[in-house]
Amino acid sequence: MSTITQAAAPPAKRKKNALSDGQGQLAALLLSPTMLVLGVVVIIPVFLSIRESLFFKSDAPDPNTGMVVSSEQFVGLGNYLNAFNSATADTVAGVWGTMPRLTNAFLNNMWFTVVCVALETVLGVAMALIMAKAFRGQGIVRAAILVPWAIPTIVSAMMWKLIFDADGVANKIIGTKILWLQDNAWSQLAIIIADVWKTAPFIGLMALAGLQTIDTQVYEAAKVDGASAWRQFTQITLPLMKPALVVAVLFRTLSTMAIFELPYGMMGLNKYSVDTLSTFAFVEARATRYGPAAAYSVLLFLLVAVVAFLFIKLLGADVIGDEEVKAVAAQKKRRRLAAKAAAHGQPAASVGGGGVITTTSGEGQQ
Amino acid sequence: MSTPGTQLTPAYSTSQDEVAALNKPVRDARFWVTAVLSVLGMAAIVIYCLLPFYWMIVSSLRLPTMGMSNDFLPNPPSTENFIAVFSPVNNFGRALLNSVIVSSVTTVLTLLFGILGAYSLARLRFRGKGVILAIIIGTSMFPGITLLVPLLKMFTGSYGWFPNWMNTYQALILPSLSFGLPLCVWNLTAYFRQLPVELEHSAMVDGCTPAQAFRQIIMPLAAPGVFTTAILVFIAVWNEFMIANTFGTTKAMMTAPVAVNQFTGSLGFNTPFGTIMAAGVLITVPLLIMVLLFQRRIIGGLTAGSLK
Amino acid sequence: MSRPELTRRSLLIGTLGVAAAGALSACSSGGGATTPAATGGGAAGIDWTKKGPITYVQGKDTSGYVQPTIDKWNKDHPNEKVTLIELSDKADEQQQKMIDNFNTNGSAGYDVLSVDVVWTAQFAANGMIVELPAAQFPTTGYLKPAVDACTYFNKLYCFPSTSDGAMLYYRKDLLDAAGVTAPPKTWDEMITIGRKIQATNPGINIMGGQFQKYEGLTCNFAEWLNGGGGEFLDANGKPTVNTDAAAKGVQAMADAFKDGVIPAEASTWSEEPSRQAFQDGKLIFLRQWPYVYSLAQKTDGSSKVNGKFAVALLPGATGTGVSTLGGHNMAITKTAKNPGTCKDFILWWCGPQMQKENLLASSQAPTYEALYADPELVAKFPYLPVLKESIATAKARPKAVRYSDVTLAIQDTAYGIVKTPTTDVKAALAGLQTKLETLTK
Repeated sequence: MSTITQAAAPPAKRKKNALSDGQGQLAALLLSPTMLVLGVVVIIPVFLSIRESLFFKSDAPDPNTGMVVSSEQFVGLGNYLNAFNSATADTVAGVWGTMPRLTNAFLNNMWFTVVCVALETVLGVAMALIMAKAFRGQGIVRAAILVPWAIPTIVSAMMWKLIFDADGVANKIIGTKILWLQDNAWSQLAIIIADVWKTAPFIGLMALAGLQTIDTQVYEAAKVDGASAWRQFTQITLPLMKPALVVAVLFRTLSTMAIFELPYGMMGLNKYSVDTLSTFAFVEARATRYGPAAAYSVLLFLLVAVVAFLFIKLLGADVIGDEEVKAVAAQKKRRRLAAKAAAHGQPAASVGGGGVITTTSGEGQQ
Repeated sequence: MSTPGTQLTPAYSTSQDEVAALNKPVRDARFWVTAVLSVLGMAAIVIYCLLPFYWMIVSSLRLPTMGMSNDFLPNPPSTENFIAVFSPVNNFGRALLNSVIVSSVTTVLTLLFGILGAYSLARLRFRGKGVILAIIIGTSMFPGITLLVPLLKMFTGSYGWFPNWMNTYQALILPSLSFGLPLCVWNLTAYFRQLPVELEHSAMVDGCTPAQAFRQIIMPLAAPGVFTTAILVFIAVWNEFMIANTFGTTKAMMTAPVAVNQFTGSLGFNTPFGTIMAAGVLITVPLLIMVLLFQRRIIGGLTAGSLK
Repeated sequence: MSRPELTRRSLLIGTLGVAAAGALSACSSGGGATTPAATGGGAAGIDWTKKGPITYVQGKDTSGYVQPTIDKWNKDHPNEKVTLIELSDKADEQQQKMIDNFNTNGSAGYDVLSVDVVWTAQFAANGMIVELPAAQFPTTGYLKPAVDACTYFNKLYCFPSTSDGAMLYYRKDLLDAAGVTAPPKTWDEMITIGRKIQATNPGINIMGGQFQKYEGLTCNFAEWLNGGGGEFLDANGKPTVNTDAAAKGVQAMADAFKDGVIPAEASTWSEEPSRQAFQDGKLIFLRQWPYVYSLAQKTDGSSKVNGKFAVALLPGATGTGVSTLGGHNMAITKTAKNPGTCKDFILWWCGPQMQKENLLASSQAPTYEALYADPELVAKFPYLPVLKESIATAKARPKAVRYSDVTLAIQDTAYGIVKTPTTDVKAALAGLQTKLETLTK
């Protein structure tokens, strides 16, 4: 597997052939089970969630009989707006000061995501570099590196809970009495450690695969040119590793933003220094306040969408990776530019460059 | 690796011995420093990955009442936790069975649907391919909690149009497809794409229908990729907690990770950490064996998706 | 999925651009209109003679006692068989399932529920469980606090099945060595004795409890607050935490943390870590439930204090303190089909004989008073006399419909003090008062 380079790309201009021509119906047939399942378990629920987030069910008991009279009302964006407003929302005190619980959860989310992903990336790349340089024993390391990934997160959460107990082994080793499991900045650190432990190896593997696509001759040439190790790393290794790394980091970012099992399993619910949008929404759902719960989960979803968009636009994360789709998009762009250029009376050729789709691939290899 | 050209002056041609000497790696001080550093680095990685896991194993080998001990070795060592895991109270056997059922069925369904979808995305030409790919990949990015609230309402029968599915296998399996399918389609699309299209062409020239070409030519070639995907999906579903914890709450329907999270001692209050860790070891070990046996393929599969 | 006619709701969704809107239209469970969730929940209209098979729903049976006992009932009542439905052992998940059953009009078929004491108000107020007429459900002979915990707005909704109270575990050997003959009755006494013992046993901590942020914190905090003479809610259910008496008790707790009487790490303790600390000989006094007794007596090497400890009532500000009441009670759902059998089963299950068997099998504290004096039981569970006193004087946690919010508000306040014992207690309680007022409105 070490030599995966580029998948076979379709030729720039497809000839009509029996395999690829006029097969829309077949494609629809083949894709329909997948789309149907995703429709039922993802698309419909998402719209239901959005709808749910616009309603609020009140359930105050009658002061005389003690009996609850419940009513569900359409509140528009009320669930969203109220939650950010310290006048209408309960304020909590996490590590960021006193603020509405949603704001606090949002900040925790951002904090965990930035710190965890940054640490994971640095550690992962370091691991990849070590593994790439390895003379022997790669097998052992690669096997070991899959262990944290294979342990169910909820089980590793309980493992870390045990390790970070006040009388636990973490304190014993570093000779302190840190209250990791209380509700403070140390709790955040504990979560970060547990998350990084589990996922840095994963990034390491991705980065390693990226490294192995780099031709050693490039380094030889750089050495001949007298480039320092650091320059080699920043000028050759990182750029060539980037496509693999960016996609890995994107997926890690998205799943860290939805972090749930570690705070839930290690710290418990309602711990504000480790409260995230997921745990908060979970608390609200458990209290059958489905409206606010849905609103917070929709916010998380929007956040995830924005981040994914930024990754794809700014860092060029190529998650789709389909040459044909790219070609179609490029063609559209070309046509648009050409039309624009024609409107301005300029020769269309001047927008060039994109006219030819270069196929860099060798044949797919295994 | 070529010998640098500067060595070849016009006056002399390099002798065989010289070539051999040049090809032999130079074991100078720099070489040894790198070697030692790399071994140290590798050791660091192994320790980093295994040390916390060691704590899980050690804790599982204590007496059940001493789960929170912080001795580096179990004192006294005991296998009681592993027996306690299977005490009827913990319901762990049933939970393991549920995990096997849910993970296997999800994996099979995922492959069934995913192979068809991935093949058409990789090979067929149709309008809206980009959109469909984006939707499928997009669904894998959904935070679990966004789906949880509406699915909970759906599966509890709060919406009249959906049956009460709480504590049924379909309630555990269907939502698991929401992350299994995108993973599968994504991986396999990449995999199918790198198989040369000429294979099918020539098969069809030989008189195969497209379906036959797919079955007889492509599937055997894609088997390693399918296999890897199956392992990845299986592990992902096996380790899933949030969905299983929400939709399988009765004793009969819990999966193993949910059951582990709910272990209690006979007195209701006690949390038997040792037994939990023993169960954790038992849940993890089959995966570890699988992962160790197939590590090359898994790594390949994990990385193939990001390296198209 | 058929395609039902479009309603106002679905049109709304349609404007959101959902292709599947037609499929969603029937989802208006509340219909936007006000629906009285409770139709009195009273005894009216319930046919207490109707008999037949029923289900009994409780949390995970960790003792293995429940099913065999039900089998006994089923043998004697072939036409009124009871089916056991075991839920998760997590309280909030049991509660969730019971609420789901109610919201879906009894779709899960629950008849008799084992209700945690703190859910009574919520279940009763929502009409999930029916009122139990006093004539049919005589409560004479049962411990009064346990019965009180079964009422909501002075009506009986549950029947007392098991109870629980906290006790003060203390190191009798250390007290003896220090020449102290009786366990402390007040916090001050406890601290004085503790300091004396610490002088000869450096490194030992005076007291422990459950101060991790979870339901146990509510129980512990309540004991300090009540022990000082304060109350969460008055007789009319109005919050009264903003009093001097309450502040006195809570201040004592804050001081105990500040002065190291309770070690700071107790803020991460739930039941198990605190038991571990006591068993490791790191504590002189421990506030705990009865379950610890048998575990701390173990001789397999797990407990360093076996044979060295005894139990007493919790201390208070000026005299014996107040435990928080725990336990589970039996209730009948609104959708129960055979109330007659439900009644008979509950009375049989909670009767003296079954409670005794339950205690012997699962060590769960009975609610039937006379059992606490049963010589056979006392021989097996030496702590029973103390436990009886503890329960007899125990206070229930606030009977609030939105108990989960109330307990979180209490935990927020309590945990703030536990983490930062220098917190201004009065101000913290004033803040809690405001929150509770909103929540019990």
